[in-house]
Amino acid sequence: MGILEVQNVNKRFGGLQALSNVNLNVEEGSVHAIIGPNGAGKSTLLNCFVGRLTPDTGSAIFDGQSLLGIKPHEINQLGVSRVFQTPEIFTDLTVLENVMIPAFAHRDGAYKLNPFAHVAREAEIRDLAEHTLEDMGLQDKMEMTASSMSRGDKRRLEMAMCLVQEPKLLLLDEPTAGMARADTNRTIDLLKHIGETRNITKVVIEHDMHVVFSLAEKISVLAQGTVIAEDVPEKIKGHPKVREAYLGEAQV
Amino acid sequence: MFGLNAKDMRSLVFVALLLVLAPILLNPFPEGSPLAQFNAGYPDLMQRFAIFGIFAIGFNILFGLTGYLSFGHAAFLGAGSYAGVWMLKLLTINVIPAIIISTLVAGVFALLIGLVSLRRSGIYFSILTLAFAQMAFALAASVLTPITGGETGLQTSLNDPRILDGARESSNIPTPSLFGLEMGDSWQLRVGDWLWTFNAGYYICAIVALIGFYIAIRIFRSPFGLMLKAIKTNQNRLNYTGVSTRPYMLACFVISGMYAGLAGGLMVSMDPLAGAERMQWTASGEVVLMVILGGAGTLIGPVLGAGFIKYCENIFSKINKSVLEGWFSVFPDGMADFMVAIVYPFVGKGWHLTLGVLFMLVVIFLPGGLVQGGQKIGSWVTGRGRKKSAGAATTTPAE
Repeated sequence: MGILEVQNVNKRFGGLQALSNVNLNVEEGSVHAIIGPNGAGKSTLLNCFVGRLTPDTGSAIFDGQSLLGIKPHEINQLGVSRVFQTPEIFTDLTVLENVMIPAFAHRDGAYKLNPFAHVAREAEIRDLAEHTLEDMGLQDKMEMTASSMSRGDKRRLEMAMCLVQEPKLLLLDEPTAGMARADTNRTIDLLKHIGETRNITKVVIEHDMHVVFSLAEKISVLAQGTVIAEDVPEKIKGHPKVREAYLGEAQV
Repeated sequence: MFGLNAKDMRSLVFVALLLVLAPILLNPFPEGSPLAQFNAGYPDLMQRFAIFGIFAIGFNILFGLTGYLSFGHAAFLGAGSYAGVWMLKLLTINVIPAIIISTLVAGVFALLIGLVSLRRSGIYFSILTLAFAQMAFALAASVLTPITGGETGLQTSLNDPRILDGARESSNIPTPSLFGLEMGDSWQLRVGDWLWTFNAGYYICAIVALIGFYIAIRIFRSPFGLMLKAIKTNQNRLNYTGVSTRPYMLACFVISGMYAGLAGGLMVSMDPLAGAERMQWTASGEVVLMVILGGAGTLIGPVLGAGFIKYCENIFSKINKSVLEGWFSVFPDGMADFMVAIVYPFVGKGWHLTLGVLFMLVVIFLPGGLVQGGQKIGSWVTGRGRKKSAGAATTTPAE
């Protein structure tokens, strides 16, 4: 039994069959990579788990509950956090506030309307946010406005925002896109480190084969909306269909 | 104190001092001097400063925190006004029930309009609120005449039932009061040539405004306020962070509407007359101007903006041609006529022109409003001080 089980998911946009009969089984505590050439349907698939899109048919069961037809915040409250392809953060707020908001959402649920509570008196939330930022190496930037950070720092901040909620499942959409090699390696180490200290299942969409093969314990290969292979990294490298569809064009 | 940090406490004390000393601060020129027409320390205007301050503070809770621009806030002001007059007519001439009920009625009104309008954001939200406010205006002006008095407006009269204190026999229409203290009661203090008027109604408005300001600070500093700021910055992220934004927006909209209703209730408590024009879109636009001019999203900005606009409205509009001629009589004849011709369009009935120019200047050069202007001046003054001390520090080791 996996923590996330996706079965026979189909999604059609007009004349385009974006996903056809996609099956995915993510083991609890593992790092599962989804790779595939551009336009294979990776992001579409991810959007189906977080409430942005609803598949035409099929099911997605997370921890015994269906993820289909419920709103993004409800999915998050079940324990699914998402890192976006371009960092989605609260740019006008400070770095610390950026992390305190998800911490509040984790503790208080989808909403808590108390206009007379105090942010300044929430020592517990503040400590939690500060620790998470330290883990991400952002302890010196806590009072900075988020918009003035570098792109790499914004990504780390977004990861901190997800981790402070102690999610069961973390979805990462190209966490290293547009990063220099040094930054990419740092992010890989960070993600490995997260895996060691916290029991978080991770689903990673990635283009960079270096990242995929250093992180993933299992890989699903998507091409033209179908999963053409799902296996451990060693076997994926030698898989003839995968070579044909994808790796044949890339240097591994 | 009061659960505020030192900086917020300073803002609160600053506003409290402004409000308490307003009758003195607003009358800087001696009675009878040629500049006395710039004095704003008369009860009617001071009441308006406090009331529109409340209106603007409430509007800023919505617009400043969440970025949702409501173009129909005057509807809540109007609803509060009508509710207030009805309380004065039916229940008692005491202002307290009027103020409380007008706040609550506006809150219910805001809940209904908010439920529909908040389904959209951005310009569509603005248009929806504008549409609702115009509908409310049209209803008040014509269809609901039995309740609102139509175009003549709603006011107290001699044969109102007034369940609690209607028995009092008098040939005059009673004026609103607080346990016998009439809103029009004033106490005058003459110091040399200066005449200061301390008005009961004004101080009631000022106390309510101070409480409203305090509540606004608390909202700004609460996790609730933080979520509202997050809505302004990135609503998408907030949804994926597990926060349902609808309840937050609705609560914020209702609170903001209640502030408007409170302002309306105070307005009729000072002068028990409510007209439909109070709900018109120009009234909604005015509060938007106040908040942007003062500094949206800042605590003190809306108060300053409201004071500034009300001052211009009441003082610039009083300057007429003969006043101008008096001012420029020092110049030779042709020159004086020329100056009068140039300045005249900007004063008197043309005061909107001055306001428009000032508004443009603020938006272009000080997007953060008057508050940003104050900060710039502040940092310019202290920055010069710092540069001097820095210069002293670098020269010392060289010696």
